[in-house]
This record gives sequence, structure tokens and C-alpha cells, in this order.
Amino acid sequence: MSAVATAAGYEVVIGLEVHAQLSTRTKMFCGCSTTFGAPPNTQTCPVCQGMPGTLPVINRRAIEFGTRTALAFDCTVNASCRFARKHYYYPDMPKNFQISQYEEPLAEHGGLEIDVAGGGVRRIGIQRLHLEEDVGKLVHEGTLETAPSSLVDYNRAGVPLMETVSQPELSSPEEAAAYLRAFRAVLVYLGVCDGNMEEGSLRCDANISLRRRGATELGTKVEIKNLNSFRNVQRALEFEVIRQAAALDAGERIVQETRLWDADRGYTRSMRSKEFAHDYRYFPEPDLVPLELDLAFVERARAALPELPRAGRRRFVEQYALRGAEAATLTGSRALAEYYEATVGAGAGPRPAANWILSELLRVVPGDDEQAVRDSPVSPAHLAGLIRLIDDGTISGKIAKSVFDKMAASREDAATIVGREGLTQVADSGALALVIDQVLAADPKLLADWKSGKTAAENAIVGQVMKATQGKANPALVRDLLKEKLSKT
Amino acid sequence: MISRADVDHVARLARLTLSDAEAERMREQLAAILAYINKLRELDVEGVEPTSHAVPLVNVFREDEVQPSLPREAMIANAPEPAGELFRVPRIIED
Amino acid sequence: MTTDLTRLTMHALAAAYRAGEATPSQATEAYLARIAALDTRVGGYLTVTAEAARAAARAADARLAARRPLGPLDGVPLALKDVFCTRGVTTTCGSRILEGFVPPYDATVAERLAAAGAVMLGKTNMDEFAMGSSTEHSAFKPTRNPWDLSRVPGGSSGGSAAAVAGDLAAAALGTDTGGSIRQPAAFCGTVGLKPTYGRVSRYGLIAFASSLDHPGPITKDVRDTALLLGAIAGHDPRDATSVPEPVPDYVAALDGSVAGLRLGVPREYFTEGLDPEIARAVREALEVLRGLGATTTEISLPTTDYGLAVYYIIAPAEASSNLARYDGVKYGLRVPGRDLIDMSSATRAAGFGAEVKRRIMLGTYVLSAGYYDAYYGRAQKVRTLVKRDFEQAFAAVDLIVAPTTPGVAFKHGEKEDPLAMYLNDVFTVPVDLAGIPAISVRGGFSATGLPIGLQLIAPAFEEARLLRAAHAYEQATPWLERRPELS
Repeated sequence: MSAVATAAGYEVVIGLEVHAQLSTRTKMFCGCSTTFGAPPNTQTCPVCQGMPGTLPVINRRAIEFGTRTALAFDCTVNASCRFARKHYYYPDMPKNFQISQYEEPLAEHGGLEIDVAGGGVRRIGIQRLHLEEDVGKLVHEGTLETAPSSLVDYNRAGVPLMETVSQPELSSPEEAAAYLRAFRAVLVYLGVCDGNMEEGSLRCDANISLRRRGATELGTKVEIKNLNSFRNVQRALEFEVIRQAAALDAGERIVQETRLWDADRGYTRSMRSKEFAHDYRYFPEPDLVPLELDLAFVERARAALPELPRAGRRRFVEQYALRGAEAATLTGSRALAEYYEATVGAGAGPRPAANWILSELLRVVPGDDEQAVRDSPVSPAHLAGLIRLIDDGTISGKIAKSVFDKMAASREDAATIVGREGLTQVADSGALALVIDQVLAADPKLLADWKSGKTAAENAIVGQVMKATQGKANPALVRDLLKEKLSKT
Repeated sequence: MISRADVDHVARLARLTLSDAEAERMREQLAAILAYINKLRELDVEGVEPTSHAVPLVNVFREDEVQPSLPREAMIANAPEPAGELFRVPRIIED
Repeated sequence: MTTDLTRLTMHALAAAYRAGEATPSQATEAYLARIAALDTRVGGYLTVTAEAARAAARAADARLAARRPLGPLDGVPLALKDVFCTRGVTTTCGSRILEGFVPPYDATVAERLAAAGAVMLGKTNMDEFAMGSSTEHSAFKPTRNPWDLSRVPGGSSGGSAAAVAGDLAAAALGTDTGGSIRQPAAFCGTVGLKPTYGRVSRYGLIAFASSLDHPGPITKDVRDTALLLGAIAGHDPRDATSVPEPVPDYVAALDGSVAGLRLGVPREYFTEGLDPEIARAVREALEVLRGLGATTTEISLPTTDYGLAVYYIIAPAEASSNLARYDGVKYGLRVPGRDLIDMSSATRAAGFGAEVKRRIMLGTYVLSAGYYDAYYGRAQKVRTLVKRDFEQAFAAVDLIVAPTTPGVAFKHGEKEDPLAMYLNDVFTVPVDLAGIPAISVRGGFSATGLPIGLQLIAPAFEEARLLRAAHAYEQATPWLERRPELS
């Protein structure tokens, strides 16, 4: 890794701030729908457009989702919390203040376990978790810098956002990406966020600083915005490690600033330095009353928590005798974990089920896309059916792979395809014996080798018989016939 | 004491263009009001809880049920510069 | 027609409808005619919705003719302060920045009045964004006091109070943030009630200071206030600060006696700043109430002197935030500019008047980095002390009796200095900070013939007690017999 090589002699300190859109039906403070992709300005009302005299009212489900997430991250849910107004002017923010949480967030002091290089596990602290409203979308005619004017769509304004701030405890770009993956998996498991980074359901900003190995005080931190995929998080941070290390090596000072990641060009660039520091003028939102979430509310949320990815992973290893990495992939999304267990539940062995999902299913379905897994063209029952046909010798493993591809294309079950296309293994010993004779007659050397007892020759004969039957021969039967033939000679 | 620089800073935060004369007059008036307000310093508020609402209420929610949005035409009708289905704003320069 | 319908109270008008002596259309036409004839001089209205009023009146005619009225307000012509959003009707809040703004939604109170069959005559003038005590700070025009057109009607609900006093509406709604219902009610000799915070929904009320804004009625007598409050009070799921308490029958509550009622008189309200005529009027009122069987004791509200300072931190702070949305992007005025910041700054500079700018500046300053604890934080703590003063007082008394204002209506242009203007609210502001209900009723007249306001203050949600005492006082005094000579 070039980033690491360049940064030798430095310790990297990274903290991530993740904004997740909650999958509520309605916005944080009004009843407008949150459906993605609606035509511009069709999902707004006087409240989310900040019209005069309108008032916010808190969406109960958003608070439940926030609480559920806080518990999954092992946070303390504060007995009392409230919303505050955060002021700055931007045309995508209708009221020119954002209703957020400041001194009294929903939850604090949690953590998230991530896998680190070398197979270990680290717990990364989570400072705080709070709820706020999203802003609208600006469309620039050209780029922000060159556009003569911009256009505003307020559909997204007011969609519930959950902001989670990690401790600055991530020590490499890889760990940052691992954190974000684990984070996303938990949210998706909880059903509180669809995790769709392309649609902006999950957005990430990073703080990164470098310090000489062994130094105690933190280096100057730089904030990087616009990290909207796992890959971008890692690439941007790698770029930044190299940039900062080079600057430090050259004896330069790191400027505390905000930089924007340009994914197309692959670098971070400084956003115009702020001649004018932000002054958000927070104060308690007077249009909302405080929240006092009692123990019963919190315990109800705790009771409703599903099994989380890391627990599922441990259970898969124990219950299904899977390897850790296999279990990790299979529990990478809740839908995939459910898919695996449904396949096993439909009668497939835990081992072949894991193999088929890991090697075949994930070729055709992105495993971290919950919806895609649920809509998989090959259902768990169909996959189990396919595995059964292999187990009972109806089809060979080789044929099974092509049957799988056909299942994926047509959504039919395995038996239907095998029956229609005559893919059943040739189990007629008379017919197979004839094929064996042809193979041996065509290659006297092979015949001789085989007769002298070479295992390799037997395998080669089986292979040729399979080839001659287009994979339909039952290889076990071919071996039995060969043994019989040898004993007769 | 509120300075002219404070006034200029606050005017910027509040997005208000003030002429020189306005800013100076504003400084004088704010200084007088702040001097009056400063009488609060006479009171001992040690240990006093702040009041943000006169009537104490907690946990007021709405259910997560979709209500119809307003038609776009109704929402855009008041826009100073509508641009089809969007709102147009002049060139944005970050500050 | 023998009676001038515009002179009637709402309840008298409703009785006339029921008796078949008048119809909502006749009353509405009478008001529209009077507005056309006199409002150029009073300046009570910013918008008159004549056609909509006629249509609403005709519908009420039909319901009354069929003997199926929607209730006691059916067909009664009312006015709304222009701070309330009205669907399809221009709502400016007295500001250039909202000139031409037509909300696609109704304030909850507007909706409730319409559901009760009330006829809206139009929108009344006000100090811009309800910031002021004279209605001289409307961006469009000043309102004049019907008792003396050279004087102010008070503010910020001056248009509503002048309209009711001048018989240009049977009743009106106003809002009270630091005294903006009670002070103009006192100046114009009407009844004005500021309910408990959360009693009446703020949804659709264009926010000045969210934690202090209270909508309430301005009427010709106490019975009308009881009627109108009953129509607008109650929980609203669209306002998270609205309180889910049941609404009592305020009209029924009027009939009780005040015998045995313990009245407290705060010594801090009788200082050298108080006009001696008003002090005397309050003392005479106490005499009247004692005559009705009430007892009076002197009480102390030690933080009275700090209320105004608290108010001038909290209200501007919240206002600076609430008014941030007027940026020329989504609605209202836009002044062209080189870029976005320039456009917004120029729009706000042109769209807001001097008083609004001053309060935005003050509010922004007290919330800005490094000042929060010294100003906003401290003000919220002193607010607790103010509230506590009232709670302690109400442990010993049932109601507090006080002057509404330190002086009677002043002349236009008389109070140029902002601080001098602010001092008008010294007796009304503490009640807003505490969120408790208070009413101003006509308590006599000055030697110059100007009305004097008597203020009664009750514990939270005790509006019924307040109305009962105010009604008893009103019945026992001759003050309502006088009316301003406008024509």
C-alpha cells in the first residue's frame, strides 16, 4: 500500500461522521413522503418548505429508529434530550436554520467493532448520535463555481437524518472503510436505513490528522467532505495521508481546513478558505418540547432489536461450521444472512449452501443490496432444490453450475430446467460401458497406463467419458464400471 | 461595549446590508439597549434552571403517516423567480 | 333598520340573527360600508376581503334561515391581524418582505373561526412582524386610535384593536408577545385577552418569538371574549407546544360571583413611571371589586423590574432565528444582487424596517459565539425567576390586578427612542414570560377622555376565573357606555 509506505513514520488518526437517512415513511417534522426520486418539489408542504407560521412536529418513528440504532451501537440513550436550531444561510435549507441536536443529543458513548488487518477486532468509540433534518438539493447550471444561477428542489428538505460521530480512533484508511462497512451493515440489519450510498442514504465526512509515531499530541486535523462510497472513503483518505505526510516531510504546516474529495480526478482540494468562521448560534428549538424517553420506551426498542451482524457471524461459525470469513460475508447484510438460513431451512446442507451462495449467487446478486438479495432470481427454495439434485445424483456438479445460470435467467426451479433440457446424469451402465470402450479404443496408451494401475489414467478416462457425454455421465458410476472392467481383464 | 466591528460582523451573520450611517446608528442603539439589558447581571441566578417554555410539556410526537404534500404549483406560486419546477437563486459564492 | 348593526357586540348580533331581526349579510354589508367610509382615517385594515365576506355571509344567512347555525359565531363579521396566514388571502405581517405573499394554508385559528361560521372581513394592520407598541411600524401605513386620531392605537395588534373600537369589526384576533393584545386593547378601550401559552394554537401565526407568541381575542366586551376564546382554544396536533387540556365553557363561567375572590395588587407596578390617573383608576377598580365581595391584598413580584430586560434578549434572539427564512429565495420580496449573499442581504435590507432590523441585530448578537451564556442563557434563568414570582403570588391570591400600561395612548411620533417605546410593555411583558393568562378591560377614562386599561392576571389555564372577574367588573361599571366619535 503506497499510502502506508509514504506515511512511514507517521501515525494516522481518523474520525468519521456519518449521516444516515432514516427509512421512515414521512419526513422528520411533517407528513410529506420521503420516497426517493419523485419529480422536483412534489414532496413538500408549508412546513418542510419553511413557510411563515408553520411548525415542526417530531416523527415518532424517527425517534424509535434513532433509539434502536443507539442501542445497537451500545450507546447510552439520554434520559432527556432536545432539538436545537443551527443557523447558517444556504438556499437548500428553507428556514436558514437546521433543526438538529446540540448539547443534548439522543445518545452518547457507544462503540462499533470492526475487523482489522491480521484478523483482529477493534472497538471504535462512538461519541454521539443525534437526529436532524436533511436539506434540499441544489442543481447548479454548470459547476458551483461557474454557474450563473442554481436551482433548488426541496423534496429532500426535512427528511430525517441520523448523525453519528466516531471517536478519532481509526488508524488507517482501510480501517475507516471497514468502520463504514460495519456501520452500514448494522443500520441495514436494523431496518433504519436502506444503506444506499448512491442515492445519498448514507453520507460520510472524515477528520484526519497525522502525527509522528510516538508523539502524544494530535496533529492538525483536516475535514474531508463528499465521501459517498466505501471506495471513496478509502481512496480519499489514502490520498490525504500521502498529501499530509509529504507536507510534513517537507517541513510544512498542515492547515486546518475543509477539503472536498473529487472522485473523478482522485484528489482532495481545499474548499475556499473561510475568511468568515461559522457561528451557528445554537439555541433550544422553541417550537418543540424536550424528549424524556423513559426506561420502558428504551427497553421496548431493545427488545425489538434483531440479531446484529457480529452476533450472527459468531452463530454461523458455531451452528453451521463455517469459516470466519465465510460467515462474515454471509452476514454482511441481513437479507443475505436470511437467504442463507432459508436455504438451509429448505433442506440444503450448511456447507454446500454456503459454497453455492458465496461462489455462485454473489456473482449474480450484490450481497450488500438488501432489496436485490430479497428479489434474487434464484430463491432460497430453488437453490436448495438444485443442491438436492446434486446430492441425489440426478445431475453432476458441473451441470449444476449451468443449471444455476439458467435458473438465474429464467427464475425457474432446477428440476424444471433439468427435466426439459435432459440434463439428468447418464446412469445407464450399458450405455456408459459403451462410451468407456470407445474412449479406451481411441487411446491405447491410456488403456495401457490404466491397466498398469495409474490413478491419473483413471481420472483421465473419467474426464473423457464426461466430455463425451457432455457432462451427463455419473462419474461415480463410470468409476464403478472401470473397476469392474479391470477385475474382468 | 459593542464596537463597529461587532456590528459589521453581526450584520453579516444576519445577512443585512447596512449603510455606514445605518451601522453607526445601529451601534449606538444596540449599545443603549445592551446597557439596559445588562441590569440582569445584578441578579444571582446560581442554580436556577432555565425556562424555555412557560408550560412544561414533553414527548410530543406525530405518527409516521404520510399526509398529502401540496401541489407543486401551490408551493412555487410565491417564488420570486420560479424556474419551471424549481426555485432559481443567483450565483452561489461560498463564504 | 333601526339599530346600527356595527355597534352590536357579537353576542347581541347573534341574538339579533336568531330573533330574525338581522341577517349576516346585512351585518356584513353594514361593516363593509363603514370600513369603506371610515377606514381611510383609522387605517385598521391592510386587506379587506369584501367578496369572500359576502359569500360567507350568504352561506350563514342560509344556515340561520334553516335554523341550523354552526354556533354562536355563525355569520359574525370578524377581522384577523395580518400575522395569521389565510389561504388565498394576502398575508404580509405588516412587512414589505412579505408583500404579495399569498399563503397556500390557513392558520389553525382562521380555520376554526371559518368552521364556526364567522365571516372574515379582512386582515388588520400591525407593527411589522408584531414588533412594536404603536402600529406606527407597519411597513404600509400607521393605524390611528378611534378615540383620538392623532394618537396611536397601541401595538402591535393596533389594527385589530382600532377596528373593534371603531366598530369596523365585531371582534378581532390579535397576538401578544410582550403585550401586543392587552396594550392596544387598553389604548383603544376594548377587551383583550392573552391566553395561557399553549391554550391556542400558533400554527399559521407568523412567528415573532416562538416561546412568547400568544394568539387571542380583542372584543367589545368580556362576554364576546369568552365566546371567541372558546372558538379558538384547544389542542392542535400541528403545534407541538399546544396543550391537550380540555376547553371549559367560558361563557357559562361568566355567571359566577366574585365574592370571596382573593385579589393581589403587586406593589412593584405602582412606581413613579405610572401615570397617576391610571393608578387612581386601578385603585377605584379594586374598590368596585371589593364591593362585589372580593378581598384585596398587596403582593410583591420582585423581578418585575427585570422582565423587560429578559424579554429584550429572548424575543429578539428567537426573532433573529424565525426571520432568517426571509431571504428572497422561496417567497416574498427579492431585490436583485450580484450573487446569492448580495441578493439576500439587499432583500433583507430593503424588506425589513428599522425596528425589525434592530431586533434581528440584537438577537443575532446575543446568540453569537461567546455571548450565549451571558445573555440568552441568563435571560432564560431570570425567566424562571419571573415565573416563580407569579407562582408564589398565586399561592396566596386567586387573581392579580394591575394596570395594563404605564400611560394612556400617546401621540404619533411621540416615542422615537426605541427604549422609551419598549418601556410601554413593562406591565405586560412579565405575564408573557410566565405564559399565564391575562385580560385587559376598560377601567375608566383619563381627564382627556382616553380609555384606561385594567389588567387581571390568573394562574395558567384559569381563563375562566379571569373572565368571571372581568365580567363582574364590567357589569358593575359604566365604562362601556362611552364610544368614540368617528363619523
